[in-house]
Amino acid sequence: MRSEAVPARPPAFLPNWPARLAWIALALYALYAASILDVTWARFVIGLENGIKFIGRMLPPDTAADKMALMLKGLYETLEIAIIASALGILLSLPIGLLAARNLMPAWVTWPMRLLIALCRSFHQVIIAILFVKAVGFGALAGILALIVASIGFIAKLFAEAIEEISLKQVEAIRATGAPFMSVIAYGVMPQVLNRFVGFATYQVDSNLRNSTMVGIVGAGGIGGTMFAAFQRFDYDFLFTILLAIIALIMVSEMLQNWIKKLFQ
Amino acid sequence: MRKEYRRGVPVLRDISITFANRGITAVIGPSGTGKSTLIRCINRLVEPSAGQILFHGLDLASLRGKALRAARRRIGMVFQEYNLVERLTVMENVLSGRLGYVTPLKAWLRKYPREDIVSAFDLLDTVGLTQFANQRADALSGGQRQRVGIARAVMQQPELLLADEPTSSLDPKTSVEIMELLVSIAESRRIPVILNIHNVPLARRFATHVIGMAEGRVVYDGPPEGLTDDYLKQIYGGEDWLE
Repeated sequence: MRSEAVPARPPAFLPNWPARLAWIALALYALYAASILDVTWARFVIGLENGIKFIGRMLPPDTAADKMALMLKGLYETLEIAIIASALGILLSLPIGLLAARNLMPAWVTWPMRLLIALCRSFHQVIIAILFVKAVGFGALAGILALIVASIGFIAKLFAEAIEEISLKQVEAIRATGAPFMSVIAYGVMPQVLNRFVGFATYQVDSNLRNSTMVGIVGAGGIGGTMFAAFQRFDYDFLFTILLAIIALIMVSEMLQNWIKKLFQ
Repeated sequence: MRKEYRRGVPVLRDISITFANRGITAVIGPSGTGKSTLIRCINRLVEPSAGQILFHGLDLASLRGKALRAARRRIGMVFQEYNLVERLTVMENVLSGRLGYVTPLKAWLRKYPREDIVSAFDLLDTVGLTQFANQRADALSGGQRQRVGIARAVMQQPELLLADEPTSSLDPKTSVEIMELLVSIAESRRIPVILNIHNVPLARRFATHVIGMAEGRVVYDGPPEGLTDDYLKQIYGGEDWLE
């Protein structure tokens, strides 16, 4: 009886045909691409067997004294690369990020700064590391330079964005006191973005730590070189030791990060 | 002190006002009539498009760079939404009133002259917030924040105090308390005050002089007693709200 009383109405939600077609097209393309690239179940199963053999050869981890010394040396260099690159990268990112903030700086300042940041972000650290290895030779210096570039690309960009989101009311009040520009930055801008900056910076330290284990593969110093050599010599048990050490390193860094963030809360 | 200016779409249409160099001048008028613009032109947070703003014989409208900053530190400002630096402590906010006088490096290192720190504590005593000195500004209530805002402005030892709707974000009781505080500080330190205010009864109660504005023009300029209902109609339009 009640249903008769309800007047006819169009459906509440209209079908979105363009979106449906897009999903179908995406699924079809994924299947097509998989067939082209020879992605098949059979290959995956064979791969699993190889994987199990590989893991079998990794165990138990090699802890011979000479190998441990080699690993610690590499690990120590990785740590050095990460810390030096982070410190210099963070230091450089502060002014670059500030100069790239469009709400504080005129366009002729922000434009070149944003271009610089975009350049720093365009390539993966490993590619930049290859360039620096060619420029300054094998070793930690190339790795440090590569990670400084990566740090600027990340921190300066996010820092500039954080500054662009601040409350201008607080800045206005400081300007109204007749404060010089640098004091306006120190009182009106920095307090509003400092804890986010610390967040970006600690994240970048962590990221630099992981990436500094990578740049060694292309000869830019650190544990990566040792790891790559172990790979090539089929020293899988030593490789496993190195992997465990890297995991431990990242976990320690994670704990440090949390502690630093609490400090600046 | 006199000013006149206009812009492409004029918010303030060639106005010319002389503000008294003492007492409380209240600028009243409907929202969007350019009261905030007027006040912000005086310390150049907003750029006037034409005209002069004379302040002790100095044309504020023509100042740039260092001279502008030097003039700004002689003019304190209190804001509608307090505009405290939320993540800094009450003391840091009050002392930021001295930023026009200390170098950026000393300000950054929090190395203020002794007498500044003494007068900051004195001011916090005056506004009754001494025990909050080391709390962060975002931990305070609205009324407390506005007290800090007033302390910051007075910390500049200004020759003029601007207040842009200082009570609009506050409840009625706190509004009266804030107005009383402003008036008593202005009297005891002989600082002339120019304030925007929506609330006509508050303006009548505390102002020594009232300027009524409508559509970017001055329609009343005189003592609060002379502000009749006819003028209020002219300023705000309509009459139902006067009942």
